Amino acid sequence: MADSGSQSPAIRLTDIVKSFGPVLANRGASLEVARGEIHALVGENGAGKSTLMRVLSGMYVAESGRMEVNARDVTGWSTADAIDAGVGMVHQHFMLVPTLTVAENVMLGRELTKGGQLDRARAEREVAELSRTTGLAVRPERKVADLSVGEAQRVEILKTLYRGAKILILDEPTAVLSPPEIEELWQVLGQMRDRGETIVLITHKLDEVMAISDTITVMRHGRTVGRLRTSDTTPSEIAKAMVGRDVQLAMNYVSEETSSGPSVSAHSSAVESLLAVRDLVVTNVRRLTAVDHVTFAIAAGEILGIAGVEGNGQTELLEALAGLRPIRNGSIHISRRDVTNLSVKERGDAGLSHIPEDRHARGLILEYSVAENLILGQQHRFTRGIQLDRDRVLDNARKQIDAFDVRPADPQLPARALSGGNQQKIVIAREMGREFQVLLAAQPTRGVDVGAIEFIHAQLRAARSAGKAILLVSADLAEILALSDRIAVMYGGKLVATVPRVDASAEVLGPYMTGAATGHAA
Amino acid sequence: MTTTEARLSTAAQPPVAPPVDRTARRTALEEAVLPAVVALLVAAIVGDILILTFGQSPGTVYRLLLEGTWGNAYGLGQVLYKATTLTFTGLAVAIGLRAGLFNIGAESQLAAGGFVAALVGLLLPAGMPALLTLPVYLIAAAAGGGIVGGVPGVLKAKFGAHEVITTIMLNFIVLALLNYLTAAHLKVEGSLHTAAIHSGALPRFSSYIEPFHGSAANVVLFIALVTAIVTWWFLFRTRRGFELRATGLQPEAAEYGGINVGNVWWRAMTLSGALAGIGGLNFVLGYKHYYEDSFASGAGFLGIAVAIVGRNHPLGVVLAALVFATISQGGLAVNAVVPKQMVDVLQAVVIIAVAASVPEVRRMLRKAR
Repeated sequence: MADSGSQSPAIRLTDIVKSFGPVLANRGASLEVARGEIHALVGENGAGKSTLMRVLSGMYVAESGRMEVNARDVTGWSTADAIDAGVGMVHQHFMLVPTLTVAENVMLGRELTKGGQLDRARAEREVAELSRTTGLAVRPERKVADLSVGEAQRVEILKTLYRGAKILILDEPTAVLSPPEIEELWQVLGQMRDRGETIVLITHKLDEVMAISDTITVMRHGRTVGRLRTSDTTPSEIAKAMVGRDVQLAMNYVSEETSSGPSVSAHSSAVESLLAVRDLVVTNVRRLTAVDHVTFAIAAGEILGIAGVEGNGQTELLEALAGLRPIRNGSIHISRRDVTNLSVKERGDAGLSHIPEDRHARGLILEYSVAENLILGQQHRFTRGIQLDRDRVLDNARKQIDAFDVRPADPQLPARALSGGNQQKIVIAREMGREFQVLLAAQPTRGVDVGAIEFIHAQLRAARSAGKAILLVSADLAEILALSDRIAVMYGGKLVATVPRVDASAEVLGPYMTGAATGHAA
Repeated sequence: MTTTEARLSTAAQPPVAPPVDRTARRTALEEAVLPAVVALLVAAIVGDILILTFGQSPGTVYRLLLEGTWGNAYGLGQVLYKATTLTFTGLAVAIGLRAGLFNIGAESQLAAGGFVAALVGLLLPAGMPALLTLPVYLIAAAAGGGIVGGVPGVLKAKFGAHEVITTIMLNFIVLALLNYLTAAHLKVEGSLHTAAIHSGALPRFSSYIEPFHGSAANVVLFIALVTAIVTWWFLFRTRRGFELRATGLQPEAAEYGGINVGNVWWRAMTLSGALAGIGGLNFVLGYKHYYEDSFASGAGFLGIAVAIVGRNHPLGVVLAALVFATISQGGLAVNAVVPKQMVDVLQAVVIIAVAASVPEVRRMLRKAR
């Protein structure tokens, strides 16, 4: 199995078992990574990838199994041991102190001192040097709060390298990056590999796996189910191993023209705009302009995709449209009705549905049952006098669970007990399983496994065919390209470009997403 | 905090659990009930140690305590009387916590409810039947407590003022005001209480059952039980209760669900204050038939403990009110052998043990499966 003949592998994990209460996250997972390679650890959400890597980096102690790093038995070591041995993990969610500078963040935990005081100058020198040699460009004296997401991630990697990491574990590093930032990251990782460092990349994006990795380990349900050489395999083979069955992989754009009869063109002025937004200005929590004079309309039977790096005003735009955030200027019409000053509930009654971007904070009440979550926002329609009509609440739940294949099919379970994909299906079922005209779909497939993505995309396409207007906001450009009829790029609070799907591609949109290109395309 | 610690703390969350079976509901029940049981056991052990340090036998002291409370009609009557007030203040705090609000003001809301009820009682003509006056008294007591509770609610909804701060401060203001009004204007000479109300006084149990003679227990106990049932129904069966609990669990999700969170806040605080206020009837209408300054001193604060031990569930609140009433009355019964301050310590131990055992018991339950 070892690729490097006589040389011992950098990492060898054998039959790792790790559980959280009744949940077996790893049930005999194994991993072997050779020195100086980029190894992709792939699998669906909940397959146990992150858990396995947290066991390796000493955060969790496995119940059984054996761990070797550079041929040394390190079973059950601590995070401090792992750092000393040069194993470092960069997490999906950044662990930086925003009010401190880059250099201060990097030296945090290993502060350099001179006579009892912090030696900032030396820290900045050392970080600048490390930044130069690794190609992770970031100025050490800047405050982390002022950095872009891509820069913050570089700081995370620098921090790990500063502690002497020779084995670098990256957990879903591209989730928040724009295409050019992803390209830069691949270059940096490639250089590190060429210097002999070992990299484990946790991901479930197959294009990334193909682009950067040398070897692949596939996990499913806590077990290792495959080990592949990237050069000898195909994306569909990997996807099959991940899911355990064949998957409709190509997220190809299916336009109305090809799928059903006469086309509904967005540009035809004869078509009614179901959602019309004019000159919208919204401020963020810090009272800075987050949405800057945005105007657009979505016709019946149209999906408008908003592409862009997260944090460019998408959240504020969606919340303003949903009625969750006050606006400074502009108007919002749904089916020609002015809803600018209506409440969340009144907008819902006017035909607005909303899949919120964060299902755990907004979309679900985790302690509430599936049935209760399926009426959230509609509770005034399920009453008998001042009581909730429990029979109708349960009937509705059974119907929706059945129609949207929520598992397990028990309306009484708390939403917390369901997997991420099934939790998202509750939100989708509630928002799409009722009468609506306009749908705000924010990150509708975030943290959802491949099978559920297929299902959710099919639902969105069906809603388009049924003549609904859909605003799709996603950090996943592939998803935007797969579903939208028109694509707008949001940058710095403005819609900097709007292009029909046929003219759109990552190459066309990328420069707008990073602000490299400005101006308004057709 | 070092970076390593920061990583560890965020790493502590296990991944989202995969589908589980129906035992989830049984688990929820165990997790709700067991911490209280564990806390009482811990309190009993601490109690043993305290008793031993006073050179007494725990068995003797506990027997005395039980004999002095549940062992005779008078003791039982006193327990039921105290439990009645604690049920109201416990429900008040519980409904606040269900809405995500920590009402520390039950103490002054209780007093205000009793005060306003007594004022109304002084104005009512003598000799009106209790059936007619009871609704008037209920409204008066609810209004008195409701206003004192509602003010922090409105301040929170409109200005974001934290309810813990405002309810604590209102305790000082309201209790001082009531003390002043009683002492300066309303007191019967030589006392700190008002004149007796003219009509609508409710009977004590001793009017029907002779052995209860001398105990304060009265029919307001039944009002407390009905209130607990109505509170349960409101929380778990009505649309407003659904919205109130949603706001308490996840205000952002509630807002997303079309719920006006600010409205829920001030309504919940008003309701909370009203529940505490009705508790004032236990003294004014059922026991002494006048308002007396600091008539139930401490019962508002003890309501916080009752709500927490009762896990904010109306049934749990009733049971916890009985437990705390028993400990409180039991302190008088054992006063001859151990100092009565010991029961104050025990009450505090129960509260600390519950606070500590909720996460710990939950962790052990999960590990055991």
